Amino acid sequence: MGKYVIKRVLLAAVTLWLVATITFALMNLVPGGPFLSEKTPSEATLKALNEKYGLDQPLIVQYKNYMQKAIQGDFGPSLKQRGRMVKQIITTGFKVSARVGGLSILIAALIGVPLGSVAALNRGKWIDNVIIVFTTSGIAVPSFVVSTVLMLVFSIMLGWLPTYGLSSPLHYIMPVAALALYPTSYIARLMRSSMLEVLGQDYMRTAKAKGLSQFAILFKHALRNAILPIITYLGPLIAYTLTGSFVVEKIFTIPGLGSDFISSIINRDYTLIMGTTIFLAFLLITMNLVVDIAYKIVDPRIKLK
Amino acid sequence: MSELLLDIRNLRLSFFTPAGEVKALNDVSLKLEEGDVLGIVGESGSGKSVTAYSIMGLTVHPGRIIGGTIDFNSHNITEMTEADMRMMRGNEVSIIFQDPMTSLNPVYTIGNQIREVIMLHTDKNKAQANERAIELMELVGINEPIKRLKQYPHELSGGMRQRVMIAIALACEPKLLIADEPTTALDVTIQAQILELMIELKNKLGMSIIMITHDLGIVANMCKKIAVMYGGKVVEYGTTEDIFYNPRHEYTKGLLRSIPKLNDKEHKKLIPIEGTPVDMLNPPAGCPFAPRCESCMKICISKMPEYVDVAEGHYSACWLIQKEAFEQGGETNE
Repeated sequence: MGKYVIKRVLLAAVTLWLVATITFALMNLVPGGPFLSEKTPSEATLKALNEKYGLDQPLIVQYKNYMQKAIQGDFGPSLKQRGRMVKQIITTGFKVSARVGGLSILIAALIGVPLGSVAALNRGKWIDNVIIVFTTSGIAVPSFVVSTVLMLVFSIMLGWLPTYGLSSPLHYIMPVAALALYPTSYIARLMRSSMLEVLGQDYMRTAKAKGLSQFAILFKHALRNAILPIITYLGPLIAYTLTGSFVVEKIFTIPGLGSDFISSIINRDYTLIMGTTIFLAFLLITMNLVVDIAYKIVDPRIKLK
Repeated sequence: MSELLLDIRNLRLSFFTPAGEVKALNDVSLKLEEGDVLGIVGESGSGKSVTAYSIMGLTVHPGRIIGGTIDFNSHNITEMTEADMRMMRGNEVSIIFQDPMTSLNPVYTIGNQIREVIMLHTDKNKAQANERAIELMELVGINEPIKRLKQYPHELSGGMRQRVMIAIALACEPKLLIADEPTTALDVTIQAQILELMIELKNKLGMSIIMITHDLGIVANMCKKIAVMYGGKVVEYGTTEDIFYNPRHEYTKGLLRSIPKLNDKEHKKLIPIEGTPVDMLNPPAGCPFAPRCESCMKICISKMPEYVDVAEGHYSACWLIQKEAFEQGGETNE
């Protein structure tokens, strides 16, 4: 186990380096630069700015300088957001996004798993059909539609919920709901099919033949086997959801990390692009490792090599 | 005569599928005395497993018992509440399934799965249940039981897993053990070991056994009584001697003809029973075996024969028996 983790951490370092290198190359391939806008600054200003941030040097030197600092944990200043460090932007944004995202993942798991199980247990009955229709819609409807409809109904028509910001628990309801709908539906569908498979297994019959109650059969024998695909899905889901959603954050005016991903690219904010990409890659790799270890704990047949 | 443990009378069970009603069991009657071993023999789809599962209340949806009674230990199972059934399952009646590779839950240790049934039906705590589990594993011939407690099913061979299944089944010293083709999924040497173990355990613990199989060799070795099933009916019932030396139903005779014999000449072809099993969605009006029967008569197709006692405790449902009796000048049941 320890050996396995060490191996994975070493591999993660290589992956992160690759991600950083590719991103660096791609972002410099895109025309434009951080200091160009409709109002092009004067030659002299541009030259001074490029000099200040080291953008006048050949790319290979820039790359070397960036990597040297990044390894020490210094991701530099943002090129566009004056006076803010990349690290600072990511930390503040992540705190907000992770709170909203974390809540929605929690809700997605807590609703999706029972919903899928109920559907599987009532296969072919009306409740199963209702759940199938609901989850299919949940997957098909994009979050900006959900967000705006929620806003229209609960803020404008009913006047119950505030439309922007995160200043009170009430403010969280709509963005969390909008973010949670897709994963809830997805988890429910995944759970339904995996539960159906488990219910047909021979060991379920054995459990019943032992005289166990329906409750014990489902919660002890079925759930642990059926939950495995959900764990796999949760890894990347957590990484993506915690880092925020551009759409939902824009609609509800949430100062999260999600908008930084997109705006940094539009702005050619080189250091922020690098910072956010490496951060997301890091989170993804970590979550995948956590999932693999969790998998091993839930299913002893899995061998970590 | 010893006590009657199990008395199935006129059991009818159907699966209500979208394609129609599948009459899986059609008037099945069986008796089992305490300490006896009953073999239920028949081909796939003859209703042998369905009969066994109905004794444990394990009939799966969309199957339903639509008639008849199952008296176990003088309690009618068909009228029991689910809670009472649970008390009985794994406690008074246990079952061993066909495939040990899939019958144990892969994510729990052997110890956990044996303990579970002990702690459910007795008031033993975990430590006592562990002790009992070790005792059981020794009983069923599992080596290094203490180590096995912490192992998972995938770390054990098929034969070992079937022994674990037997240990689970015997944990609460049931009155009746149902073995649903317990050796079909195992290779031949392991088969012999498991059967030997079952005979040994039966002699030691004195429970009754229902042995479901399509292997006549197994029943010949183990069983005192045999019920031959075909098309959801018991077509012949008798002692092992009756069935092997004086088979009266044409299906039983066909089954016996299809077994290879050691003293047969080399290259001698086996005699199969021609035709295909009954279509249970549209069962024939008469004897279910009639379409495949070499001695089929007109009446066989239109009318189901009644049971005829051919000897004490040996009965069969075949028109030929009645015909023979008639030709010998005796009285028929008609």
